[in-house]
Amino acid sequence: MRIYAFCVYLFLYIPIGVIALFSFNAGRHASQFQGFSTKWYGKALSNPFVMDALETSLTVALVSATFAAVFGTMAAVGLQGIRGPVRTTFDGLIYVAIMIPGIVIGIATLIALVSVFNFVNPAIAAIWPEGVKPPKLNMGIGSLIAAHTMFTMALVVIIVRARLSGMDRALTEASSDLYATPLGTFRQVTLPLIFPAILAGFLLSFTFSFDDFIIAFFVAGSETTLPIYVFSSIRRGVTPEINAIGTTVLAASLIILIMTQILLQRGEKKKK
Amino acid sequence: MADGEYTAHQESPVKTPIAELRGVSKRFGSVLAANNLNLEISEGEFLSFLGPSGCGKTTALRLLAGFESPTEGDVLLDGEVVNSLDAHLRPVNMVFQHYALFPHLTVAQNIGYGLKQRRPRVPKAIIAQKVEQALEIVRLEGFGERRIWEMSGGQQQRVALARATVNEPKLLLLDEPLAALDRKLRKEMQIELQNIQRRLGITFVLVTHDQEEALSMSDRICIMRDGQIEQVGSPQELYDRPANRYVASFVGTTNFFDGTITGVDGDRACILIENGQTVTGWNASGYSTNDPVSLCVRPEQIHLSHNNGSGEALAVLVLNRIFQGEQTEYLVRHDTFGEFLVLAPRQSELNEGPFNVDEWLFASWDASGALILSRNQSN
Repeated sequence: MRIYAFCVYLFLYIPIGVIALFSFNAGRHASQFQGFSTKWYGKALSNPFVMDALETSLTVALVSATFAAVFGTMAAVGLQGIRGPVRTTFDGLIYVAIMIPGIVIGIATLIALVSVFNFVNPAIAAIWPEGVKPPKLNMGIGSLIAAHTMFTMALVVIIVRARLSGMDRALTEASSDLYATPLGTFRQVTLPLIFPAILAGFLLSFTFSFDDFIIAFFVAGSETTLPIYVFSSIRRGVTPEINAIGTTVLAASLIILIMTQILLQRGEKKKK
Repeated sequence: MADGEYTAHQESPVKTPIAELRGVSKRFGSVLAANNLNLEISEGEFLSFLGPSGCGKTTALRLLAGFESPTEGDVLLDGEVVNSLDAHLRPVNMVFQHYALFPHLTVAQNIGYGLKQRRPRVPKAIIAQKVEQALEIVRLEGFGERRIWEMSGGQQQRVALARATVNEPKLLLLDEPLAALDRKLRKEMQIELQNIQRRLGITFVLVTHDQEEALSMSDRICIMRDGQIEQVGSPQELYDRPANRYVASFVGTTNFFDGTITGVDGDRACILIENGQTVTGWNASGYSTNDPVSLCVRPEQIHLSHNNGSGEALAVLVLNRIFQGEQTEYLVRHDTFGEFLVLAPRQSELNEGPFNVDEWLFASWDASGALILSRNQSN
């Protein structure tokens, strides 16, 4: 049984290990190790296409994670005050949103956005003054942010909800008993206590958006995120430069995920 | 015991009620948690709601706090109807059962929380000063900067008390505040609570299921059952003149003997106990002939002796003897009355020699110590 488990882990992690290892390859082939070097990291960092893609990815991840954290928290707090079938329905819909395959979300978002643009763009052009070129809504960074926010918001709702339901109801009652208005109670008691969960939700959303390829591929339009860049450059052959990018993304994601875990656990401990 | 000692021991003088429940009912779905509660709470008194869990005592407290609004009737604070006034607008503070201290704030911030919410704003220096005073009252000087989880259970209890009293509320509500403490600490806190109450002169309303706690601390006790108030009175009133069997059995230990009234003479009545023996009891509630009643005799009212002094004593067999120091508890059996408890002071054994198990003795009581109550559980 132990050997079996060992093999499974080996199978899972060897490819990742190989990618990380070959990112330090001195030679230019991805299959032959020719000595240790960090030159591919330098090369990746000085590649303007990589840096452009990285910037797009970071912007999208940062903005969509922020939106997700804010709207997700609002939804979670709102749902807390609702009971009965309405709540069950919403709970179900949130889990469904997480379980829907990325490709479905990608296609659905693409079709939805295209239909909206087809409707809105002529409308804008119609009311625009003569002679000036009307602005045209298109696929791009905006649609990326929208699609990622929509998906990652569900993650935030679930994380924040778990924390809220673990919170003693007597705390908000005590705050209200001590003359705090409902808004005051939210600001001074609820928010500080669920903040670790919100931050954890933010970080998780960030990594998800940063790593996402499938949804981004559909709605990115002419924009290139880092995963899209990696995908398209693989078609021209795998160089250790791709390994270096992959390893960097992996390291960054792992660090953020560990931070998230620490945040959630610390929040749990404080509660007791 | 002489008749005179039964007269109500009224300590709380007539004052304007600081809070009042007028025909208050509260329904949760199909459950009637509070049923037509009528109660006046006077300023400065220490009132306890006493009853088993689920009797509606916590609901009564939450109605006063503003966490629930009545389905029927009125809740009044200081003469004004506050039925739908939200908790944060009521000059009332509560000490929660598990304290509900804010874990992300320090001890001082917890205590100052209520003052910080006041509008117009209270200056920071005054808040700091009041928090300091409150810490002093609960004997936690120097603990202000501690975190809540660094405090022991007893200390947290005191922080919760300070957090509520620092606001000088009209009414301080305490929801089973001592239930989470161990026995020794609970005794200490009982005394401390009383001291604080006297010192600050704040009206205390306590909810408890512990009769000893209620009896030792309160000016008045409100006994509840199934959402209804059974009786309100001073601890001594409740003990000496319970309104019904439920109160009598809930406050202290009592022996009940069922029978029927055969004759009434002033405030005395003769009762035919079910197996044919007739005894005299105190007919305080004015029952008449042929009423089915229950005779309530406290164990300490019964006198045990080796000889039949008055000639009317009951011959009883000692079944069990528990020595408790200053008094001894006997379980005895009489042919007609069945088994009952007797609490004999140490002195009576010293005078008469030991009463042993399996020994035949004579038990007697004064008619004034045998209260006649309705046989039903309630009135």
